[in-house]
Amino acid sequence: MFGKLSLQAIPYNNPIVMGAVALMVICALTIFWIITRQHKWGYLWRHWLTSVDHKKIGIMYIILALVMLLRGFSDAIMMRIQQAMAVGADPGYLPPDHFDQIFSAHGTIMIFFMAMPFLTGLINIVVPLQIGTRDVAFPFLNSVSLWLTASGAMLVMLSLAIGQFSTAGWTAYPPYAELSYNPSVGVDYWIWAVQISGIGSTLTGINFLVTIIKNRAPGMTLMRMPLFTWTALCVSILMILAFPGLTVASGLLALDRYLDMHFFTNGEGGNMMNYANLFWIWGHPEVYILILPAFGIFSEVVATFSSKRLFGYHSLVWATMAIALLSFTVWLHHFFTMGAGANVNAAFGIATMLIAIPTGVKLFDWLLTLFRGRIRFTTPMLFTLGFIPSFAIGGAAGVLLAVPPVDFMMHNSEFLVAHFHNMLIPGALFGFLAGYMYWFPKTFGFRLDERWGRRAFWSWLIGFQLAFLPLYALGLMGMPRRMEHYGNPDWQPWLIVAAIGAAVILFGIVCLIVQLIVSIRRREALADTSGDPWDGRTLEWATRSPPAAYNFAVIPEVTSIDAFWAMKREGHTMPPEPVHYSDIWMPKNTGAGFYLGGLSFILGFALIWHIFWMAALALLGMIGIVIARSFDDDTEYKIPAAEVARIERRRLSPQSPGTRPLANDSTQPATEV
Amino acid sequence: MSYPMIDKVTRCTFPRAWLLSGVLMPLANTVQAGDWLDLQHQGPISAREDQLLMLTLGLMLIVVVPVLAMTFGFAWRYRANNPRATYEPEWNSNRVDLLVWAVPSLIVALLAVLTWTYTHRLNPYSPIESPLKPLKVQVVALDWKWLFIYPELGIASVNELALPTHRPIRFDLTSDTVMNSFFIPQLGGQIYAMAGMRTELHLIADKPGTYFGENTQYSGRGFPFQHFRVEALPEQSFDTWVEKVKQHGAELNWTAYQRLHKPSVRVPPSFYTLAESALFKRILSQYTAMHPAPGSTPRSHPDVR
Repeated sequence: MFGKLSLQAIPYNNPIVMGAVALMVICALTIFWIITRQHKWGYLWRHWLTSVDHKKIGIMYIILALVMLLRGFSDAIMMRIQQAMAVGADPGYLPPDHFDQIFSAHGTIMIFFMAMPFLTGLINIVVPLQIGTRDVAFPFLNSVSLWLTASGAMLVMLSLAIGQFSTAGWTAYPPYAELSYNPSVGVDYWIWAVQISGIGSTLTGINFLVTIIKNRAPGMTLMRMPLFTWTALCVSILMILAFPGLTVASGLLALDRYLDMHFFTNGEGGNMMNYANLFWIWGHPEVYILILPAFGIFSEVVATFSSKRLFGYHSLVWATMAIALLSFTVWLHHFFTMGAGANVNAAFGIATMLIAIPTGVKLFDWLLTLFRGRIRFTTPMLFTLGFIPSFAIGGAAGVLLAVPPVDFMMHNSEFLVAHFHNMLIPGALFGFLAGYMYWFPKTFGFRLDERWGRRAFWSWLIGFQLAFLPLYALGLMGMPRRMEHYGNPDWQPWLIVAAIGAAVILFGIVCLIVQLIVSIRRREALADTSGDPWDGRTLEWATRSPPAAYNFAVIPEVTSIDAFWAMKREGHTMPPEPVHYSDIWMPKNTGAGFYLGGLSFILGFALIWHIFWMAALALLGMIGIVIARSFDDDTEYKIPAAEVARIERRRLSPQSPGTRPLANDSTQPATEV
Repeated sequence: MSYPMIDKVTRCTFPRAWLLSGVLMPLANTVQAGDWLDLQHQGPISAREDQLLMLTLGLMLIVVVPVLAMTFGFAWRYRANNPRATYEPEWNSNRVDLLVWAVPSLIVALLAVLTWTYTHRLNPYSPIESPLKPLKVQVVALDWKWLFIYPELGIASVNELALPTHRPIRFDLTSDTVMNSFFIPQLGGQIYAMAGMRTELHLIADKPGTYFGENTQYSGRGFPFQHFRVEALPEQSFDTWVEKVKQHGAELNWTAYQRLHKPSVRVPPSFYTLAESALFKRILSQYTAMHPAPGSTPRSHPDVR
């Protein structure tokens, strides 16, 4: 009846896991209790969970990302403590199996459920505003993507309490991930979490490609798009082309595990090298999916806070496209040590170095944007300035790894761990945090507290260097990654420094939380009544903060890059006055996306535990919802011109910001399927 | 460590030779201070791999140092409250932009030459030039230990690899479990060992000594303990070692191998005489035919502690 599921699946005997589960349950119950006390369930359902508004979907993505950042970081600091202790006779405090689950969960969570939702959330909030449109091309699909991603994240969280997570690392290399070596449900949790959220990401890619191609404001040619939109466009293309690789790789692995097939098994015709190829054909573009949006954010931030147009806009656009294209030509550098010939290794090594050219161009273009600018050191700008040198060091390490004979010495070592964290923490996460602080006032109508922001920045920057620079040295000393225990006492001092670095990063995370709380409490003092708190350059600053559901009452006309900067210099107002408002049609909210996500969660859970009747029911339910939704012709509602005029008048004579709701939804009626 | 920096420059044709000798060598010599990390390479392969590392690092510093300088310099100079700084909100320059593309392109072009040359020169599959005949060692990755077979000498060992110094070693590797990666950092780079497949690696030890060997590819619970001792011995000591193993080693036939194949951790070095001469081939062929492979039975998880 319940497949492999029984009460034994709950890890009662592991106090660390049970403690974490208890904490999770207490947090969830507290949130439930608060919502119930405040009678907010109806509000939550009507205005958030069923929302198809890109801004709200973006906010929910980022909430998911921040929650998962806490989970992923807890894993990180547990590993750091274990490695600082477990030398020689000291076994450390984590049982080996638990450590292996932690490094697998850390990677999976940080990539799929922290970085991906964070960048998708920022793209959701910002891109439609930057291109001057009212919503994405497929608002309902957007909601489906969100809930599929959330469902994958919940599966990973659930693996803590029921059963176990994979021990095969975030890459799940076979044959280790095959049934014969890994009979527990851990790898199945990984497979279904990745499958479900991967489909969500593919749909996001389709949605934003069409949005950017079709929905730009009149006059916004491709070469007038803001850099963040450009990176979003390239990322959408990468998502569409790369994610099927992951879906196929993990899908074939699932066939091996569920239907006794032999795609990647040791014997009977299987070949694990095929998995490595398929996985990295997704995996390498994926790192650019993570990093390109951050590049876009840095471009916006550096121009805004230097009060100067971006140096080499065209170069930056071409560099972005070059990186996107080249990202598909380098996957083999993840396994130079698999025994390919010298010609193959050298060709992929050189292809990898080619990416250093457009990346170097970007670094210099940002630096030259500072040149003869008028620099304001706000927190987003600090994150950008901290990123540039850190990223240059990480990039240099990456070029070292791209030389095959050097890689033979560094592959699978802590040097590699240092390198990719060096790319993804300053490169991606600093960018996302800069974006979060930069667009927060646009999204919520008040700025974030600068003092706590600066504290967060310095903790992150110093903590990062302390935590990861020692790993370069450890790699050169021959320390492999994923060591639950080691015998060489020379490694320990470096690992202790790394653990201290993790503690400093923890302080940075605490600062981020305090910053949010302090800013909400001081929101009247920090209010942005102008809609343009930073003297911005692009269209998102041309509408009020937070924007009305329809973003722009009148769609702006674009005549140059930095459209809003040009409008301000020419003395135009947004919207141009006097103005004639017309009726606006907006998509209606729907619960279908949420239901699809919920059912996909049940489907994943049932497949993991081999409860096939439940999986069949969930799948049928999903198909039913999609069919029902496709017969629903009444998916839009009208905001009459008079109502638009009323809302816009209120914008021009702003009321006290403290009394305004966090996001405007006064016009949004709720509908359910 | 002072190995001749680029030992085959003379064989390169112009302009490659010019590039390597004129530009890269002085640069590499300035960064020879790389010894600070105490890499302690004990063989020419690892030494050259390390030199290549320092050379590449040197080239990268051409980009990294200006980036660091410009970040701090520009940020300070053009701070908003500096009244003496020029402010040109529309400044752009195609000439500078060209330079921005040219400098990284040139460096990458240099690196590409270097990469192509050295990837071929340090190809793990290329035999090492030497008047001495290479010694064949067959390596089998097991859970969680390493089996070394010396087919020409009729002996085998677990978790201890004895090598004669100054004689090239030809390793043939496979795995009778999950994917492993065979690595002796002081001697040279690593290569994967995979079931049903044979990979190859050529190394040589210059100096007698005891080195550290390991698996770098996570392989399950016993992974942190899956290392082995490498004894690089002068010719005569090596011969003595071989004789000792021949006299005292237990017999390794297919049945004994099956016992050895069972997962175990912290296995002390043990020594065998080879009763089945084609053992390595037999281990390989388990996976190549279309009959059920031994890997399809679940392996047990002994307590590694």
